[in-house]
Amino acid sequence: MHPFEYARATDADQAVAVVSADPHTSFLAGGTTQLDLMKDGVLHPERLIDITRLPLGGITHTASAIRVGALTTMEELATDPVVGERLPFVRQALLLGASTQLRNMATIGGNLLQRARCRYFRDPTVASCNKRNPGSGCAAITGIQRMHAILGTSDHCIALHASDVAVPLTALDAIVHVLGAEGSRSIPLTQFYLPPGDTPHIENVLRHGELITAIEIPLLPDGARSHYLKVRDRVSYEFALASAGVALATEDGLIQEARVALGGVGTIPWRAWNAEDVLRGARAGADSFRTAAEAALEGARPLPGTAFKVELAKRTLVRTLETVAGALS
Amino acid sequence: MKHVETEARPAGQAPPEAPHVDVTLNVNGTLHRLRLDARVTLLDALRDHLGLTGAKKGCDQGACGACTVMVDGRRVVSCLALAAQYEGREITTVESLSVDGELHPMQAAFARHDAFQCGYCTPGQIMSAVCLIAEGRANSEEDIREFMSGNICRCGAYPNIRAAIREVTGEG
Repeated sequence: MHPFEYARATDADQAVAVVSADPHTSFLAGGTTQLDLMKDGVLHPERLIDITRLPLGGITHTASAIRVGALTTMEELATDPVVGERLPFVRQALLLGASTQLRNMATIGGNLLQRARCRYFRDPTVASCNKRNPGSGCAAITGIQRMHAILGTSDHCIALHASDVAVPLTALDAIVHVLGAEGSRSIPLTQFYLPPGDTPHIENVLRHGELITAIEIPLLPDGARSHYLKVRDRVSYEFALASAGVALATEDGLIQEARVALGGVGTIPWRAWNAEDVLRGARAGADSFRTAAEAALEGARPLPGTAFKVELAKRTLVRTLETVAGALS
Repeated sequence: MKHVETEARPAGQAPPEAPHVDVTLNVNGTLHRLRLDARVTLLDALRDHLGLTGAKKGCDQGACGACTVMVDGRRVVSCLALAAQYEGREITTVESLSVDGELHPMQAAFARHDAFQCGYCTPGQIMSAVCLIAEGRANSEEDIREFMSGNICRCGAYPNIRAAIREVTGEG
C-alpha cells in the first residue's frame, strides 16, 4: 500500500476545504471500498481525511420522507423501523448486500460511491482499463464478461454498478445532499450517476472534494407495495446477476403508480422509465408485466458472456412485479 | 512494518518516510498506546502490535470473515479497518470471550459440535455467532445461514457451526 497521511476532520466545511484543495487527498468513511482498493494498488491517495467523527449520522423522519445522514451504516438503515414499514424494498436491498460485518462498517454515502467490481479495474497489472487509466482500453469487453453490464455500456467500459440499495433509491427519486467548497447542493439520484460514455473514469457529477452529507428518501404512498429481488450465483453474499426494485400502487386492478429500477445489468443503477410508462394505467397482470420487461431491456447491448442477462433481467423484473401485485391483491 | 514501497519512483529519489500516527486503542477493556504506520489495519494492530492473534488474516480483503471482531458491540471485518480510525471505540476480540478459564457458551458449543476442521476461520465464526444472537437473528436455520454468510469455512463445517449456534439459542 502506498504511504499516506491520516488526519481526522474537525468539521465538514474544513474537511471539504482540505480535500477540494488537493487532488491527492480523499475522504475516508467506512473504508470498505477505499481500503480494499488501496491494498490492491488501484487507489493511492497521499492523505486521507477521516470523516467518521463528523455529525453526519442519524435518521430523521417527516410525514413524506426520511433523511439519512451520509455516515449512517447500511445496518443502521436496514434496521430502522420506518424503513422496514414504509420502504420494505430498501430494507430488502440493504440486507441482500454484502455481509453483516461489512454492513456495520459501510456507510450509505460510501455505498452510493462504491467503485466498480470489475476484476480488470481492480487489478493494476491489467494494462487496459479506461476507468483506472483513461485511454488505455477495456480488458473486460474482450475478457470474462459474466459480471458486467448490458445497459448504459459504451465501447470504452462495461463495468457494472454493483450497489443493491441504489436500485430502490433510484426508483424512489432519492435526493443526494452534497456539501462543496462553494456551498451545498441537492442532486436527484437519477441525475447523480454518469454512464461511462468515453469518460468511464468520471462516474458521477460530484466534483473532487464535494462531500455527501445526507440522502433524502421519499416514502411510498399509503397502500403502495414494494419488493426487491436479487438473482445471483450464490444464494447469499454475492453480487447480483440481475435484480429489480419495484413499487406499485393500484386501484381496482389498474396501476396508478409504478416505480421500476434494475440492478446487476447497468453501468449505473438503472431506472426503467420505459417500463413505468407501460405499467402506469395498465391492468396489473402477466401481459403488462412482460411488456414492461421488454421495454425495460430495450437498448441492451449484450456481449457473448452477458447474453443470458437480457432474458434473466426480464424474468427477474416480471417475477418482482408479480410479487408486488400479489401483495396488493 | 512489513508493507513495502512498490510504486515506481524516479531514480535517485529517496523513498518518502511513511507517515505515522499515535493511536490509543481500547481492546478488551485495556488501553494500548501505539505509534503506527498510518497504513496499519486494525487486524494488523491486534496481531502484530498487541500479540492478539485470535483474529485471523484470511483474505485480507473483507471477503472471508476470519478477522471478525466487535467494535462497540457490532461485528466488523478488522482487515478493512484502519487502526487509526478506531481510537476511542470499544474493540472486543475472541480472546476476551473465555473468563477465568471457562469457555464462553459459544466456544463450548463449537467444541461439542466439532464445528471446525482446520480451525482457521473459527475465531471469526465464533465472534460472528455471538453477535448474530445479540442481533436477534439466530431464530431459524435459514436466518443463521443468511446472517452468517460473511464467514467462509473452506473445510465446510457449516452444518456443525449451525448446530452449535442452535444449541446456544436453546433450539439445538
